[in-house]
Amino acid sequence: MTLHTLNKTPHESNALQDCLAALSDDDALLLIENGVYCAMPAHAELFTRLPGGVQCYLLQADVQARGLNDLNPEFRGIDYDDFVTLSCRYEKVVSWF
Amino acid sequence: MSNIIVAGKQIELDPEGYLRELSDWSSDVAEYIAQQEGIELTAEHWEILEVLRNFYQQFEMSPAMRPLVKAVTRSLGPDKGKSIYLMSLFPGSPPKLASKIAGLPKPTNCL
Amino acid sequence: MSEQKKSFLIINRCAPYGSSNARDALDVALTVSVFEQPLSLLFLDDGVLQLLPDHNPADIAQKNLSANLAMLEMYDIDQIFVCEKALQQRGLTSESLGLKARTLNATEIADLVRKHDQVLSF
Repeated sequence: MTLHTLNKTPHESNALQDCLAALSDDDALLLIENGVYCAMPAHAELFTRLPGGVQCYLLQADVQARGLNDLNPEFRGIDYDDFVTLSCRYEKVVSWF
Repeated sequence: MSNIIVAGKQIELDPEGYLRELSDWSSDVAEYIAQQEGIELTAEHWEILEVLRNFYQQFEMSPAMRPLVKAVTRSLGPDKGKSIYLMSLFPGSPPKLASKIAGLPKPTNCL
Repeated sequence: MSEQKKSFLIINRCAPYGSSNARDALDVALTVSVFEQPLSLLFLDDGVLQLLPDHNPADIAQKNLSANLAMLEMYDIDQIFVCEKALQQRGLTSESLGLKARTLNATEIADLVRKHDQVLSF
């Protein structure tokens, strides 16, 4: 089981597509920095066919920083302590940047 | 520039004499810095400092001359919203000098 | 200072905070305006995300770009343009932005670039 972190917007690079293609069952996806823009409702379609059991998170500090509201409800907001906990819970962390 | 001690409190300044910590500012600190710059603060100075601090609170940056003049015009009227008037209170560069006394960062993009 | 003026267009193509591009563009915009040169700002691609209102970057220890952009008006910078398609792609409208900006289509963007003397892209 892997924790995937993504820090790019959907338009900034291919990081999002590459990350989505690399997800397996029961992995976790965490949006950080500019990655939190992926959770805007306009991009919700991209997350409708994830493998089974994938948990989706976003870093609340980055959401707040950017003035974002009403994001994709599939994503749960977490703080920096939760980030550390997740990093320990999963076998490895893959950074998509 | 070295640190200063105002009302028994040690206050850190950057090499150009601006406060390192904006929260260190007080009216005593303003008086102290003004005196070092050779300025005796009057009511006319204080109302400009207040405009400047409000500007920073709203926009989180210190203004250059033109936006400072505009902010003073809006708050205190067109007679005071003039660069000549501001120069008479804060000689040289009013935005730089007044920001220093108001405990704000040095304005960037300021001639 | 020479009396001859040049018109500047500053293009913003990056989201805020993830890189320093947005800050750098603002810095250049304020500098150009202090030299009293005519100036327009154009927000394309992810750059439109800079214009979302009410940023609160205290927890990521950065300066508040939406507060800084609200200051543009005090520098008399009011020629602000935004790409229609970039808004649509992100589910945004010009009403959802924190600054008053004119929406442009592709032809109008090309015109805007053509009619400025200097174009800087961030």
